[in-house]
Amino acid sequence: MGAILLLEQCLNGLQLGIMLFLMAAGLTLIFGVMGLINLAHGSLYMIGAFACAAVASWTGSFTLGLVASVVCAAAAGALIEIGVMRRLYQRDHLDQVLATFALILISSEAMRWLFGSYPLYLDVPEVFYGAINLFGVLQYSRYRLFIIVLGLLTALGIYLLINKTRIGMRIRAGAADRQMTAALGINISLIFTLVFALGAALAGFAGALVGSIQSVDIGMGEPVLILAFVVVVIGGIGSIRGALVGAIIVGMVDTLGRGYLPQLLQLILDPVFANTLGAALASIAIYLLMIMILIFKPKGLFPAYG
Amino acid sequence: MKKQLITSMLSAALCLAPQVEASPVKVGMITTLSGGGSGLGVDVRDGFMLAVNNANNSDLEVIIEDDGRKPSLAVQIADKMIQKDKVDILTGIIWSNLAMAVVPSSVNQGILYLSPNAGPSAFAGKNCNKNYFNVAWQNDNLHEAMGSYANGEGHNNSFILAPNYPAGKDALTGYKRFYQGQLSGELYTKLGQTDYAAEIAQIRASGADSVFFFLPGGMGISFMKQYSQAGMTIPLMGPAFSFDQGILQAVGKSALGVRNSSQWNKDLDNAANKTFVADFQSAYGRLPSLYASQGYDTANLILSAMQSTDINDKDAFRAAIKSAQFESVRGDFRFGNNQHPIQDIYVREVVMQGDVLTNKIIGVALKDHQDAYAADCAL
Repeated sequence: MGAILLLEQCLNGLQLGIMLFLMAAGLTLIFGVMGLINLAHGSLYMIGAFACAAVASWTGSFTLGLVASVVCAAAAGALIEIGVMRRLYQRDHLDQVLATFALILISSEAMRWLFGSYPLYLDVPEVFYGAINLFGVLQYSRYRLFIIVLGLLTALGIYLLINKTRIGMRIRAGAADRQMTAALGINISLIFTLVFALGAALAGFAGALVGSIQSVDIGMGEPVLILAFVVVVIGGIGSIRGALVGAIIVGMVDTLGRGYLPQLLQLILDPVFANTLGAALASIAIYLLMIMILIFKPKGLFPAYG
Repeated sequence: MKKQLITSMLSAALCLAPQVEASPVKVGMITTLSGGGSGLGVDVRDGFMLAVNNANNSDLEVIIEDDGRKPSLAVQIADKMIQKDKVDILTGIIWSNLAMAVVPSSVNQGILYLSPNAGPSAFAGKNCNKNYFNVAWQNDNLHEAMGSYANGEGHNNSFILAPNYPAGKDALTGYKRFYQGQLSGELYTKLGQTDYAAEIAQIRASGADSVFFFLPGGMGISFMKQYSQAGMTIPLMGPAFSFDQGILQAVGKSALGVRNSSQWNKDLDNAANKTFVADFQSAYGRLPSLYASQGYDTANLILSAMQSTDINDKDAFRAAIKSAQFESVRGDFRFGNNQHPIQDIYVREVVMQGDVLTNKIIGVALKDHQDAYAADCAL
């Protein structure tokens, strides 16, 4: 039983990590390529979830909902980049934080205005209900398995896009040296809009996938945003590979910490105290991890492009 | 800042009826109308204003402001309402942490505070105050009811979980105060956590025969969806907060059959409740929630005191409030010595009526229940 539970918890950790990766990938790209701190990334996640919930309830199709989440979030991202962000590249980080924080408030109220104060209904399709038998011993949620597979495919897609295509090469060049890239005649502002929309689409996609197992609610993006920032910092700012590794580490540490810390502490401490301490430690485990990593690798695990 | 000023208009009919000249009563409502969790504040406001509009009493003036679920903002609004608007009564706060920030200084300035929701234990025991009334419940009550219900159902191996913050600890304490069986596990989760895969795996492995959870708002929606999607069938129990009319539709069929405790439900058979449910639906076009019922009762309590006494005689007004001479939508309602309710707490089951998920009362969990802190209160 113990080994099966451990295996299940590892899969849960992997699934959480994959979701965090989808959020962190966009954040790290925008951060790395444009040098922009985008606090509104969580709002794009929320927009994706709301779009998916609304379209899925109008049409009855979860697949259409997923498509809508990507399209709406990308459109919102492009709009934000052209309307607001462009004016902020030359300004310092504090101005960017202020402006994107305002965007959080604006988009939260916009969602409330459009969809009301109550959480929306979004459920996974019937096919994904229930558990699937893995390796003959483990009952695992079908939908979570679907998220893992879909997330890994997306990660592969991003890898190919960034490393194997011409546009990816330009994005990498933009991240390495913005002025030089522009001087070589590449339309850097188009690249910026594209990267921003891509990051937004990934966030929206993550929001829709997760929205169907969580609550589609105003302010749902902020807790995830914080985790995504931790992932970005651990992985190394601007590095997609770092985001993937960082996300899986954070997902694993968080899940296994919640699952096992209280029990482990009970071996050496009084049960009641161990429970309280375990719960408290589990909730700060990833931040402790981040501190440790920053002490030994101040630029993160995979510092990007010099 | 959104500010609404609602004054009941003098109607011609009222002018014709000669009445004793009474002093006007000014009520300040501080509640959460924007951002996460605003559904609760909107319901309290709508329930409250329904009673105010039905009463059509021109002596009652209500000022409403949005606290955005921020304690610092709530404190600012309270100061403004007390000093500038000169309110007599404050009400409306949803969250215990906001109430903790606003209530003590307000009641010490002689302002009456009537809580339509939050009931932290700090105000129920030895720090009770003659100016503080709770019209909803003391925080522990609904959890205690579920613990008592679990005994009756023959559950003796419960797995219990709640967020790691004061109200979460009150919840599990409340459950354990009445529950007599063993615990197969006790877990404190992160506040605001949205992924419960690790906890659900533990519940599956623990061999529990029942699960009690207190996860208000989005946390509960996430938990229930993931629980049923994982193919779990161990019966779930919880307080009404995760099964409220507003939230249920977002949970979907995952909530079907779940037992939960509440001091009110829309099918309670009394005249006041029937009027309330019908009026609420015609006024707002949706089913009322627990929170709306609490707002409605709070307004009617104030109106009842205004009929028999004058606000300027503070002692008489307090006594009138404490006597609770109003038709509560809950049926029997009275205040204990600590000015918290003594009331029946029911067990409800989530059912599908037509295509709307809602609750049905299936029994009484605790009759005439009073909170555990009343004895410590010197009032």
